[in-house]
Amino acid sequence: MASGKPNGNVVDGNGSGGPVTFLEAIKQAMFEEMERDPAVVVIGEDVGVYGGAFKTSEGLLERFGWERVIDTPISESAIIGAACGMSYLGLRPICEMQFIDFIACCFNQLTNFVAKGHYLWNAPAPIVVRGPSGGGVHGGPFHSANPEMYFVHTPGLKVIYPSTPYDAKGLLKAAVRDNNPVLFFEHKFLYRRIKEELPAEDYTVPIGKAAVRREGRHLTILSYAAMMHTSLEAAEALAKEGIEAEVIDLRTLLPLDEETILQSVKKTNKVLVVHEDTKTGGIAGEIAAILCEKAFGDLDGPLMRVTSLDTPVPYAPTLEDYFLPNAQKVFAAAKELARY
Amino acid sequence: MAVDIVMPQMGESIFEGTITKWLKKPGDKVERDEPLFEISTDKVDAEIPSPSAGVLKEIKVGEGKTVPIQTVVGVIDAAGDGAAVAKAAAPAPAPRAAEPARSIAPAAKPQIVPPAQAPRPAAPAPAPAAASGPGPASARPAGERIHSSPLVRRMAKEHGVDLAAVPGTGVGGRISKQDIEAYLAGGAQPSAEVAQPAASAFASAAPATQRAAAPPPPPSATSGGQTHVAFESAVPREKMYFGNYEVQPMSIMRQRIAEHMIASKHVSPHVYSVDEVDMTKVASLRAKAKDEFEKRYETKLTFMPFFVKAAVAGLRAFPTMNASLDGTNVILHKEINIGIAVALEWGLIVPVIKNADEKNLLGIQRNLNDLAERARTKKLKPEEVQEGTFSITNPGVFGGLFGLPVISQPNVGILGLGAIEKRPVVINDSIAIRSMCYVTLSYDHRVVDGAVAHQFLHKVKETLENWSEPLL
Repeated sequence: MASGKPNGNVVDGNGSGGPVTFLEAIKQAMFEEMERDPAVVVIGEDVGVYGGAFKTSEGLLERFGWERVIDTPISESAIIGAACGMSYLGLRPICEMQFIDFIACCFNQLTNFVAKGHYLWNAPAPIVVRGPSGGGVHGGPFHSANPEMYFVHTPGLKVIYPSTPYDAKGLLKAAVRDNNPVLFFEHKFLYRRIKEELPAEDYTVPIGKAAVRREGRHLTILSYAAMMHTSLEAAEALAKEGIEAEVIDLRTLLPLDEETILQSVKKTNKVLVVHEDTKTGGIAGEIAAILCEKAFGDLDGPLMRVTSLDTPVPYAPTLEDYFLPNAQKVFAAAKELARY
Repeated sequence: MAVDIVMPQMGESIFEGTITKWLKKPGDKVERDEPLFEISTDKVDAEIPSPSAGVLKEIKVGEGKTVPIQTVVGVIDAAGDGAAVAKAAAPAPAPRAAEPARSIAPAAKPQIVPPAQAPRPAAPAPAPAAASGPGPASARPAGERIHSSPLVRRMAKEHGVDLAAVPGTGVGGRISKQDIEAYLAGGAQPSAEVAQPAASAFASAAPATQRAAAPPPPPSATSGGQTHVAFESAVPREKMYFGNYEVQPMSIMRQRIAEHMIASKHVSPHVYSVDEVDMTKVASLRAKAKDEFEKRYETKLTFMPFFVKAAVAGLRAFPTMNASLDGTNVILHKEINIGIAVALEWGLIVPVIKNADEKNLLGIQRNLNDLAERARTKKLKPEEVQEGTFSITNPGVFGGLFGLPVISQPNVGILGLGAIEKRPVVINDSIAIRSMCYVTLSYDHRVVDGAVAHQFLHKVKETLENWSEPLL
């Protein structure tokens, strides 16, 4: 998966013709935004000539030229620093991290400058930082990270982690148009595994809005990205046992759509959070706190969570399988919660 | 006013009961709560109190008959003072034993009503045995902490519900949202049925699937608050409910077995000895005689009577094995009554061969057949499982090399028989093929010491190996 070949799709700037992959949806979003707004540029390692490690920017160089599709040296810090400066001068850069794990290298640029610029100097940095994230593809500890929570903890940023091609495209376009710095996580497990018919016309998906993927009444499963699909799979199995789980796709982690969460909890009174991020400090803990603050009287059971283990992502496939949540684990936890 | 007398439900898993005895005849006057008939369910026997005062008009189900619970077994012509009383009392869950039933008879015997029960309303006493809490609707004993949830507490407050009255079906007996919803929907009448919707709501969505949602853990099995030591758990209850499971309530018989085993292990320091018996002679004598035996007496001759006789020989030689211990007094029984463990599909029972020492092989075999047959058809009388002075169990029939049984109280020993199988053994420095059998003795070391135990076992061995009694 991680060494995928170019899919050969020709970017034509509109979404016509057949279902598209998650990866293709991202490419379309960048293409369309660059067409729409000459201020949008793409910057990153191998995004130009090579077309991106996962071919998400394939064809962009040919269409928009080297001034707007910029290959950089291997320095994530430089990418963000350059993008931040560009944004101050009116551009709207989309930065690619070849693997999102490497975002750690530009942690300082993102958290101390990009995130605080608006607050400190009235200098908003409308940049998007996107990259392939997540495990399940045997990428090992340096190519499988889910580092979203470092940034959810950083005021001044927005954090998006979509689960479908439609959302990926709509949210990426919304991110490009947003005047805040937005981190955009693309779960690489989903890149070529799911396809979806996309509208031909221009659309965006609002940042900060969760989506109810499946309605239910016995408990709510909150999830996002690849785990959203795992949760749906578990919900399917639960339904066979008479347990109707409501599955909510958070889509945006910062700002979190508390309203949708609280509405669901009012109905089901029980919450299971499923995320691929490791347990300690994951979004589940934050949600637990929100529920205690704002929905204590609606709770009929403890918040439960199914997450990865608190370890680096293992390289060995068997260990990675053990490390990651799966539908069986979600099913078991949901049953326990339903029964509680 | 005719009042129906029904077969009460004697426990969660009991669905039928056998009327062992009517204590009144048609035409007899009967007081309310006066013992009316006796029933037997599995191992439990109880006197059933009359649901009403009046005259016993009709017996619909005679002695020895087994009927499902709630079957009308008779009719009382009520004395006119309490139709409502009778109605309320009839389906009351009867207590396990007759004694508690009598003690909650407020009208008939006011002088023995304990002070704690005095304020009970005199007329419509639903008499649930479990309602030891102060309020008649209490779902749990007073003082027990109520586990619910923030939502349930909020709902209770909004609807003015006393949570003590709501049965909980969640983990560890927790009151869940479904429980309080069911309670509210059921007009605040807590009952077992009302407590179920949590499970049935799930099940109804998928009625066709075999794998219906596992039911929520039932409320603590001991609604009376007191947990018998036999039913204590080494881990919190919550830790037992995981994955897919099904909850099977223990039958009354199973519960009695559990209590008895724990009590026995608790009271008697068990010591175990093993010996090996050469059964070749008995086996060959039996092989020669069994066809003629069956022809003559119309019963098969098994090995068990030989072991019973051998045990008798051992008990005669070592009377301390045929004893019970009362405090510091050892009771040496003069009768030799040997209990034989009979495995049933639904449990285990130990009917007793009385005066085994006065019976020959045929007598023991007949007695054994009769007891085993009636054990399997639930026709044993209570006295037939009592007054044993020693017992024998036979794990060998299931292929066990040997077993180390728990003493059946109030005995001080139990003989365990292993499988009889041919084994190479050394006799006079040569190897021979013999039918061998391990015998084990579990004994109460308070009364019996190893020396006696081994001499006893040796006596059993010697008797079998040198069998002299004619088989026919």
